[in-house]
Amino acid sequence: MMNNISTTMTTTPTKAPAMNEPKISARNVQVYYGEKHAIKDVNIDIRPRSVTAFIGPSGCGKSTFLRCINRMNDTIANCRVEGNISIDSENIYDPKVDPVQLRAKVGMVFQKPNPFPKSIYENVAYGPRIHGLARKKSELDDIVSSALQKAGLWGEVKDRLDSPGTGLSGGQQQRLCIARAVAVSPEVILMDEPCSALDPIATAKVEELIHELRENFTIVIVTHSMQQAARVSQRTAMFHLGNLVEENDTDKMFTNPDDQRTQDYIMGRFG
Amino acid sequence: MDVGFIILILAVLAALGHVVGRRRALALAAKSGVKLHSLPGYYGQTVALFTAVPAFVVLVAWLFVQPGIVESRVSGMIPDSVIPEGGARSLVMSDVRRIAGGLDAVLARDGQRGADVPIEALDFNNIRGRLAEVGVALGGDVPSEVFEAAKAFRENSRTGNLMMTVVVLAVAVVLGMLAYRRIEPELRARNISESFVKSLLLGASLVAILTTIGIVGSLIVETFEFFQRYPAQDFFFSTVWNPQFRGGSDLGILPLLWGTFYVSIISLIVAVPLGLLIAVYLSEYAGPATRGIVKPAIEVLAGIPTIVYGLFALVTVGPFLRDWLAQPLGLGTSSSSVLTAGLVMGIMIIPFVSSLSDDIINAVPQALRDGSYGLGATQSETIRQVVLPAALPGIVGAILLAASRAIGETMIVVLGAGAAAKLDLNPFEAMTTVTVKIVSQLTGDTEFGSPETLVAFALGLTLFVITLGLNVLALYIVRKYREQYE
Amino acid sequence: MTDVTVFGNPAVPTKGKSLLALDERTRRRNNAEARFRLMGKIAVAIGIVALIGLLLSILSNGLSSFQQTYITLNVNLDAAVLDKAGDRKPENIAKVSTFGYAPLIEKALRDAMAQKGIAVDGMNAKAAAELISKEAPADLRRFVLADPSVIGQTHSFDLLAAGRIDGYYKGRVTMESAKLDRNTSPEQLMLADKLKEAGILTTRFNWSFFTAPDASDTRPEAAGLGIAVIGSAYMMLIVFVLSLPIGVAASIYLEEFAPQNRFTDLIEVNISNLAAVPSIVFGILGLAVLINFFGLPQSAPVVGGLVLTLMTLPTIIIATRAALKAVPPSIRDAALGVGASKMQSIFHHVLPLAMPGILTGTIIGLARALGETAPLLLIGMVAFVREYPAGPPDGFFDPASALPVQVYNWTQRGDPAFVERASGAIIVLLVFLILMNLVAIILRRRFERRW
Repeated sequence: MMNNISTTMTTTPTKAPAMNEPKISARNVQVYYGEKHAIKDVNIDIRPRSVTAFIGPSGCGKSTFLRCINRMNDTIANCRVEGNISIDSENIYDPKVDPVQLRAKVGMVFQKPNPFPKSIYENVAYGPRIHGLARKKSELDDIVSSALQKAGLWGEVKDRLDSPGTGLSGGQQQRLCIARAVAVSPEVILMDEPCSALDPIATAKVEELIHELRENFTIVIVTHSMQQAARVSQRTAMFHLGNLVEENDTDKMFTNPDDQRTQDYIMGRFG
Repeated sequence: MDVGFIILILAVLAALGHVVGRRRALALAAKSGVKLHSLPGYYGQTVALFTAVPAFVVLVAWLFVQPGIVESRVSGMIPDSVIPEGGARSLVMSDVRRIAGGLDAVLARDGQRGADVPIEALDFNNIRGRLAEVGVALGGDVPSEVFEAAKAFRENSRTGNLMMTVVVLAVAVVLGMLAYRRIEPELRARNISESFVKSLLLGASLVAILTTIGIVGSLIVETFEFFQRYPAQDFFFSTVWNPQFRGGSDLGILPLLWGTFYVSIISLIVAVPLGLLIAVYLSEYAGPATRGIVKPAIEVLAGIPTIVYGLFALVTVGPFLRDWLAQPLGLGTSSSSVLTAGLVMGIMIIPFVSSLSDDIINAVPQALRDGSYGLGATQSETIRQVVLPAALPGIVGAILLAASRAIGETMIVVLGAGAAAKLDLNPFEAMTTVTVKIVSQLTGDTEFGSPETLVAFALGLTLFVITLGLNVLALYIVRKYREQYE
Repeated sequence: MTDVTVFGNPAVPTKGKSLLALDERTRRRNNAEARFRLMGKIAVAIGIVALIGLLLSILSNGLSSFQQTYITLNVNLDAAVLDKAGDRKPENIAKVSTFGYAPLIEKALRDAMAQKGIAVDGMNAKAAAELISKEAPADLRRFVLADPSVIGQTHSFDLLAAGRIDGYYKGRVTMESAKLDRNTSPEQLMLADKLKEAGILTTRFNWSFFTAPDASDTRPEAAGLGIAVIGSAYMMLIVFVLSLPIGVAASIYLEEFAPQNRFTDLIEVNISNLAAVPSIVFGILGLAVLINFFGLPQSAPVVGGLVLTLMTLPTIIIATRAALKAVPPSIRDAALGVGASKMQSIFHHVLPLAMPGILTGTIIGLARALGETAPLLLIGMVAFVREYPAGPPDGFFDPASALPVQVYNWTQRGDPAFVERASGAIIVLLVFLILMNLVAIILRRRFERRW
């Protein structure tokens, strides 16, 4: 099955990225909010079909950088991004790139569960509908059910697909949002502190889900919980004051970091 | 005594009370060596409040009540024989009031000329000419009973005024003295004057309730009167509106309701899409600079008096529609029409729809928009499929409020819609509304007690019930909507 | 696993495609986006155009009312006509009606025409005299009665030209329309042109529009706003004096003292519903309660003022409560902390800080009341009033008009010259409204506080 997917992914005409090539690579990325220099010269490569965690004290720019990857910062009026972020070697800040098309490829899950005030079915069907992924109702039904299955929510909601998504519990809502993102079949899923509003049991379920999704998607997750980063990610990047301090294998990062600041943060000396 | 003068005296008494009260408190404290409970000013304030406020309340109440009492006493003096055929006692009473006023004017003028004529010298035979001299023209012959009633009216009013002066000043002085006598250093003057002020504040907020009682009471009482003279089922279910001066009118509300409904619908068809698009554009697309100019400009539309829209309809829009649409299409020749009024009213309620919807759209959490953008939706897809459905209840509330505004609007339809009550579908025809008929029935020459006049109150009650219902419903929906996102 | 059918589905267009190439669907969606945005712009444009059209229509119809055509004549106030007894007694002079003055004007016009050598074929002296307003003799008579010593002298007077002549110079009357008009003729217009050449007929700023009382149907040239301005001013005074203290007191009670109970809820619901009651219903209230029940006079500013006060109160209460709410609790706490009572903290600290907001709300409420028409129609302010009301407070009980009602009144007249007057009156009304709103904006800007 892995092979099946990798073949569909390698249809880029010019250059076919191999498994070991980075899915996302950022070069000299600078972000400004008006006068404020929020991200300072960040360079990072993110590997395909793995979970990369961004950690760091609050206000360090990890969420800002995450939102650069699907150009969500475009919706903020005075935000300016410089440098180069490419996905499969295509610069997403190229003027020819339509952010709408980009975001279909790079999905996002937010800090607080934000289901639309629609039925569970409509929540999941929304993305496929706007992107025209289904030609008929039965196709759409398939997409919805498999996305809900992927998100581990199918068993809980299959009998009440018509009830409002806002009526679910917090953890279910967040998994609904993940299903919503998955339904568009993106290649990358960005998660901005997806468990910060959830209780421990719901958090565990979502983490388990992330673990499963890793087989099919490149996942980047921002988290303020170092335990979570350690549990779910293979690679970890540490941000501090807008700088990328260190990027490393998660195991190494939490046992023997290269940078003193990472060490201090992990030991709880600041944050 | 003149009311203004009485108020002036009350003010002086209150000021005096303040000074002596303060002085007494200080003097007593100095003598007994006990520390004052409150600042000395509060002792003065207590005396001043007790002097002025109750007396003022008595004064106002008296002013409102006295005319009614005098009226009923004098009214009894007029025998039924004097009341003309088909006329009403109230008309005779208004003659009585006018003659009484004229008598005052005659006496005042004679007084100026130095000729002190006692009231007894004015008799029935010489009064007509003398009243005409001071500008009170009497129509027809005045029966002597009416003249006597006028004299009694004048006497009663004078006695009433004198009693009022005495009572008001007595209340002021007695209560002021009592408050003064109570002063001692331990008196909690601040607490007393503060509870006094607090009850005044409560009184002020009761004005709203009194207003509602006044509105509902007068509408219901007069509507009841109307239904005594005109069958209710004819009013509610007759399709003919045809008031006659000599009675035998058809007063069916249906054509008026239809006109009201038709004009309001047209205005909503104009205002709702425009208002919503403006709200969406301003809240989702426009930059701060555009928003800063356009939003106030649109809101200016809401601040322009409705008479201005009425004139616009009458002078510009009506003739334009007639000459460019109705006549070429052979649909009508009237410049006042349902369409004229509806269009202009639509312009007027654009800001009601747009600014309310603007608030409501802004209340939709940004997280929902982010969620949609994150899935790759365009801005318009987000607005149409996420933001507007989420804001729908609030927008429905805003539209209901705008509808209630349209239904109650008067001047635009008075000047733009016409006066012909009919049930028609052609929007280029002149039709009429409930509000237009309230104005025309109450500003006409028909006498007050007739069904033709009283019907205006029944119309007013209908209007009040409809708009109140719409408002309550709209506010309920909007409140529920806001709770959803709080 | 069903995953494969979804994620490996070839119908999925985004998978693996280059981001640099815009696909057909995205292009269509972007077009839809542009269309939607354009619709928004069009809606805004329609709104703005409607506003501009409304204002332009009023301005183009009404600006000419600030100009008025006058005919300047030297009139001999002939003692033989005006004071036959020759004793200059006011009673006797007053007996000469306006019909006595008309021939004097006619003669003065004849003399002036003869002196300048003006003549138009086929016109008699009577037709020539119709160039002058029927109001002119009345003006002359007032002048003489005010100072009988002028009798026998010759004075220069600026006499109002008749409405049609005035309209001729404002483009309302043309030679063609004059042919069909019973009230004027092309010859009269030609004569007017010649008088204008001779400098007898002039057009200047129309002060009397602001000061003169209303005039009858046939004399639009003499109609002015004097009484309406006084009436509106009286009513605004009453509304201000009553609604500000009552509104502020009610707001303080509701915002600071009212307990949380059903009664308070009742008051709150009442206020928010009153704010939405159609204004005409307040007119019915005024008629039924103030005039019929309490016997207050019709057409009087006091009734109008009371009705408008009741109508404005909810607006003021809502604005005042917002202003009180905007004062941060820390101010109250600070005052209470140094031992002030609650009443003291409110009256000494909160209220002064909230005052700019309260005044702004009050002015906006007043502006709304100033433009309100419908309720005033019902309490009889449509009546034709030519006598100036007395000074306050007695004048509050005298019949008067009001600016918006005067507009309505003039729209109901037959002569098209009244449309010009009505639009002119609206311009005056709008200027007042703009001034009031400016004051409100300046107050807000000046005292706006950010905590």
